[in-house]
Amino acid sequence: MLCQSCEKRQATTHIKTILNGELKEFRLCPECASRLGYGSFFGNFGFDMDKLFGSFMEGFGSERGSKRCSFCGSSFEEIAKSGKIGCAHCYEEFYEDLLPSIRRIHGRTSHTGKLARSAGNEVRIKNEITKCRTELEKAIKEQEFEKAAELRDRIRELEKNMQEEKASAQGKE
Amino acid sequence: MKEKIEQRKDISDVVISTRIRFARNIRDYPFPCRMNREQKCRVAAIVKEAALGGHSVISSRFRYIQMSELTQEEAVSLVERHLVSPEFISDREGRGLLLLDDESVSIMINEEDHIRIQVIRPNMDLDGAFDLADKIDTVFDEQLNFAFNDKLGYLTQCPTNIGTGMRASLMLHLPALKESGAMGKISASLAKLGLVIRGMYGEGSDPKGSVYQLSNQVTLGISEKEAIRNLHDIAMQLVTQERSARQAMSENIAVLDNICRAFGILQYAKLLGGDECMKLLSDLRFGVEIGVFDHIDYDTINHLMIEVQPATLMKNIGKKLTAQERDQIRAEVVRTALIRGQVPASRRLE
Repeated sequence: MLCQSCEKRQATTHIKTILNGELKEFRLCPECASRLGYGSFFGNFGFDMDKLFGSFMEGFGSERGSKRCSFCGSSFEEIAKSGKIGCAHCYEEFYEDLLPSIRRIHGRTSHTGKLARSAGNEVRIKNEITKCRTELEKAIKEQEFEKAAELRDRIRELEKNMQEEKASAQGKE
Repeated sequence: MKEKIEQRKDISDVVISTRIRFARNIRDYPFPCRMNREQKCRVAAIVKEAALGGHSVISSRFRYIQMSELTQEEAVSLVERHLVSPEFISDREGRGLLLLDDESVSIMINEEDHIRIQVIRPNMDLDGAFDLADKIDTVFDEQLNFAFNDKLGYLTQCPTNIGTGMRASLMLHLPALKESGAMGKISASLAKLGLVIRGMYGEGSDPKGSVYQLSNQVTLGISEKEAIRNLHDIAMQLVTQERSARQAMSENIAVLDNICRAFGILQYAKLLGGDECMKLLSDLRFGVEIGVFDHIDYDTINHLMIEVQPATLMKNIGKKLTAQERDQIRAEVVRTALIRGQVPASRRLE
């Protein structure tokens, strides 16, 4: 993750602090941490927290109007200010707005790994394909060609299922 | 004769414990930052029911604790034992905890997320801890409607946890690397690999007694297994680095003097301050690690590092103590444990 102050170097210092009675978290690189007084455990003074936070959220832009989440009522400004998302529905309502910071935090924007029961079929198949591709690469590297051929067939089959899934989803619309 | 430090197979000289944490939320409730007291109580009740009412073998072994009913010492002691986060006890209203009988699993309700499943295992056991956390998560998934998005994975209050919602951590004892001043450089290079290293009590805490927590930072776009493999591989490199730093220091008379003095103080002191005690226990562990002592095992020291924490001391004694009373009891606890914890000569390692 990039430093939230300079946005150039990798953040290594994680700061949790109470600001106006609210817990705030910051991730800073070593240079910014020491510049802002977090290099040692003593000089925690003269740190303009609001300014830092303002600059961190600049990336969010400003053309948001007064749109609010229809489920929990959070506005994007509130989310940007606190760094906390209001509810699961906010991720859908403010998806485009959140994406740049998600990319900045994780470097990626697409989930791989365990799926919840509520996950859709398409993503289930996609996940399975990704898993097979990783195994395929490994099989090729280790020269297990029989296994590689099996995996290749499995991937083809899954891709076919994926197409069908997409077609039926479009059909429903 | 002692084998070389660098070549040991067992890595319990560096890795103290393993922790896996999953963050989960229920789709139809706002995240905790936007819930009122009533909603918090309802979520706590639903999660409690899902855990205790489940048909899994493990559900009968859970105990539910309403956080607001604990005394301050009991609550702080949960943090000292790594069962909950410092954040969790800062405001205990509407928060609940599910604790497994052997305290290896704790489930925080309404912390930063509705559900935080945490599994702790001694030594290095990433796969074992993950499997258990995964099973418990599946039990919840079958009964609750989790907040999940096909693109972003599990949705969490803080965007730093979305995706797998998994944080895997290893608690490491790195006295030689700390002493050699290498930690700053190491932590900078770990960040580039998507990992983070911090003090013993997690976020914002300083490394007391040279105990560090190494964990994965990125949770989106990397599967649980990959993240665990990555963490394991990097930890093994740190183990090698720490051991070669130890090897280099193991003949240094000033280092040996420091270790032996620590043992002396721990055995004979009548008053031991909290931070002082952690420092001395760390020095003692260092002594065991480089083979100065072979009659004390890691378990004894690992347990002591938790038992001597102020609130845990008071909880075990069962009453409030002044700072001086604590220092006195701490010294007694350490002295007794060091006598009791001695490994019989017949069972000594190497």
